[in-house]
Amino acid sequence: MIRYTIGRVTSLFLSLVVASMVIFAVVEVVPGDPAAYMLGVNARPDTIAALRTELGLDMSAPERYLSWTSGMLRGDFGTSYTYRTPVTQMILDRIVVSLPLAILALGLTVLIAFPAGIYAASRRGKLGDMGVMGATQLGVAVPNFWFAMILVLIFAVKLRWVSAGGFPGWGHGILPGLKALILPAIALALPQAAILARVMRSSLLDMLGEDFIRTARAKGLTRRQALWRHAVRNALIPVLTIIGLQFSFLLAGGIVIEQIFFLPGLGRLIFQAISARDLIVVESVVMLLVALVIIVNFAVDLAYAAVDPRLRVRA
Amino acid sequence: MSLLSIQGLSLAIGSYDILHDVSLDVAPGEIVAVTGESGSGKSMTALATIGLLPAAARTTGRITLEGQDLLSLSEGQMCSLRGARIGMVFQEPMTALNPVRTIGDQVAETILQHEAVSRAEALDRARAMLNRVGLPEDRFPLSRYPHELSGGQRQRVVIAMAIALRPALLIADEPTTALDVTTQARILDLLKELTQDFGMGLMMITHDLAVVAGMADRIVVMQQGRVVETGPTMHLFQHMQHPYTRALFAASAHQVNLPPAPPAAPLLQVRDVVRSYPRPRRRLFGPRPVMHAVDGVSFTLHRGERLGLVGESGCGKSTLTRALLGLEPVQAGEILLDGAPVWAGNHPNLEVRRKMQVVFQDPYGSFNPRHRVRRLITEPFHLLADPPQGEARTARIAEALTAVGLNPADADRFIHEFSGGQRQRIAIARALINDPALIVFDEAVSALDVSVRAQCLDLLADLCRARPLSYLFISHDLSVVRTITDRVMVMQAGKIVEQGPTEQVFTDPQHPYTRALLAAAPTLPDIKKKTANAP
Repeated sequence: MIRYTIGRVTSLFLSLVVASMVIFAVVEVVPGDPAAYMLGVNARPDTIAALRTELGLDMSAPERYLSWTSGMLRGDFGTSYTYRTPVTQMILDRIVVSLPLAILALGLTVLIAFPAGIYAASRRGKLGDMGVMGATQLGVAVPNFWFAMILVLIFAVKLRWVSAGGFPGWGHGILPGLKALILPAIALALPQAAILARVMRSSLLDMLGEDFIRTARAKGLTRRQALWRHAVRNALIPVLTIIGLQFSFLLAGGIVIEQIFFLPGLGRLIFQAISARDLIVVESVVMLLVALVIIVNFAVDLAYAAVDPRLRVRA
Repeated sequence: MSLLSIQGLSLAIGSYDILHDVSLDVAPGEIVAVTGESGSGKSMTALATIGLLPAAARTTGRITLEGQDLLSLSEGQMCSLRGARIGMVFQEPMTALNPVRTIGDQVAETILQHEAVSRAEALDRARAMLNRVGLPEDRFPLSRYPHELSGGQRQRVVIAMAIALRPALLIADEPTTALDVTTQARILDLLKELTQDFGMGLMMITHDLAVVAGMADRIVVMQQGRVVETGPTMHLFQHMQHPYTRALFAASAHQVNLPPAPPAAPLLQVRDVVRSYPRPRRRLFGPRPVMHAVDGVSFTLHRGERLGLVGESGCGKSTLTRALLGLEPVQAGEILLDGAPVWAGNHPNLEVRRKMQVVFQDPYGSFNPRHRVRRLITEPFHLLADPPQGEARTARIAEALTAVGLNPADADRFIHEFSGGQRQRIAIARALINDPALIVFDEAVSALDVSVRAQCLDLLADLCRARPLSYLFISHDLSVVRTITDRVMVMQAGKIVEQGPTEQVFTDPQHPYTRALLAAAPTLPDIKKKTANAP
């Protein structure tokens, strides 16, 4: 287990280094001089040159890569070209919205998908199974922005339980913040839950056909006991893979939902930064997202090993 | 009084009748073998007894265990009997255990399921039971996982689970079929011992008459869902009444007459072949340890010779086969067919490959189910520069199918329309169609029922008489190798430890490993001698 963990940690750091290089290189080749863009078409060449020096754009690429990465390690992501504010602060403002939203949505996904998948698998071919499968079919098919608007109409406009959009910040306590995030989280979670429930069901059904389930039944376990004690844990491996992918998606892919609910999240920040050619912000946010995805995958790898002892010996 | 009594058991799934009026008894301390070929209903009888039939199965008749009618019990009542009064051991030890739970946990589960004891006490008793089945604590702590054990060791864990509560009846469904002969012998000994010590009844399902002969007190022979004959083991072997029993016995002991091999002229030459695989690193940047799957193997197969290769799983048989066929390069040594290397430079030598064909174990899995037989058996034509077309092609197809005892009209059928034995005939037709210099039979008859296996062996002998056929016959089944080969090689841990004329190796083995293999292999009783000595 220790060797496995060390292997995973090494791979985590190597991935981060490679990712930072790739992101830096890609942003380098994007056409357009940020300094010229910021000052407008009428700017004088010497003003542009001065700004380039100020922004550090006149340094060589390796130098800028090193100052960028070493800055990140200290928590300093540089200064936004357009807003002239520290990128770190901009990201912090956004991530307190995006990260809780993603975690909330993922929590809902798992809370819905596990019981639904397990219930459907245990009632295979019966009415309950068909009901759950029909519902997940619908969940996969319905676009989440449409579903989000329906949620707003019902819970915000009609029932007035929550506000239709915006985010009050965490300054007024946890409850108002959560209230603002709950509808977007549901809108994000439902299609993901539908996918995950289907994966859970099919993975469980595979396991229920395995020989060791028959062995468990021969020991005197009931069908239900065999399912819970022997099938569920084995079925988790493919499910964990999907959960890892879903978290990455929920973190950055929620831009449409952020737009509908007027949430100041990471998705909107990166969208605005790209439009304004604010490369330092783009670079930093992308790096942050990539880092989060790699860390999530690392967590999934550790979860695999926790679930399956066969993986602990292989590095 | 009998422990288990099955009376007039009939079973149907949908409109298919699986069992007809099956009756048999098992007494305490008695080993009853239920034998027959696939589809005879022996496994269904076992599953009916332990109440784990498919949901759609409908049963009539009576199954009484210790006076209790099992078929009238509710599912809940059956759950309290399973594991406690009836234990069951299955065929496939590799998959019968839950891979994510420790062996101690899984054995203790049987106890915890039925008795209100603490977890610690259940684990103590699991430990004792694992010791009893030959897995001592120092080498097999309770915290081991199934993947850390070999097939035979896993089967011991399954047995420990089944007998943890000392059930009155143990059902073993082909418990050793997936195991090597030496492992098989040890597991059979263990089962025999446990039956005596615990005084439990053992109902053993097996297709292998030789295993039955060495194990059982009584035999029940089944055919197509019926019991055709039953009696004490030796008595039944000596006075076989039913023609099916006699046919089964004859097929199990089947011998073929091979025509004499032509004078020795080297066809396949294998010299000092080494095939090794790197294993996972032990440390992060440490060197990767190497496993020698084939370690300095040399032999010559002569033209028209039938050469056998025996050895247990993991001995390197399959790796050697892949190297011979040019499917993988070797690290050292050379393999020449007719003087030409099977692997030239960095790619397989197609000139040589077209002269070799192979027949695998699984007659169904080795065919594309969406192609007709015509296309399946002409696959080797892809190797030819100028494959026959039109009339010539049809003639070759007809010739190949006729040679293996099928009809030329079968060319237009799909593979699922054939039985297992016919499928293996089609595989042989595919191997013959190019008229190859060498055919490799890789466990080619191992998955077949004994009667079908006997027919396939006869077919091979017939083919040898019709043309000079050179083949390498790889099998774990010593009795088959003995009759179908001229010369045999014994492989252990990547090395050929003994080779020589088949009869000589079997009657006078030199290497200790060969002796161990032969001693472990179950044998059929020699009926003629026994009857002659009978008073």
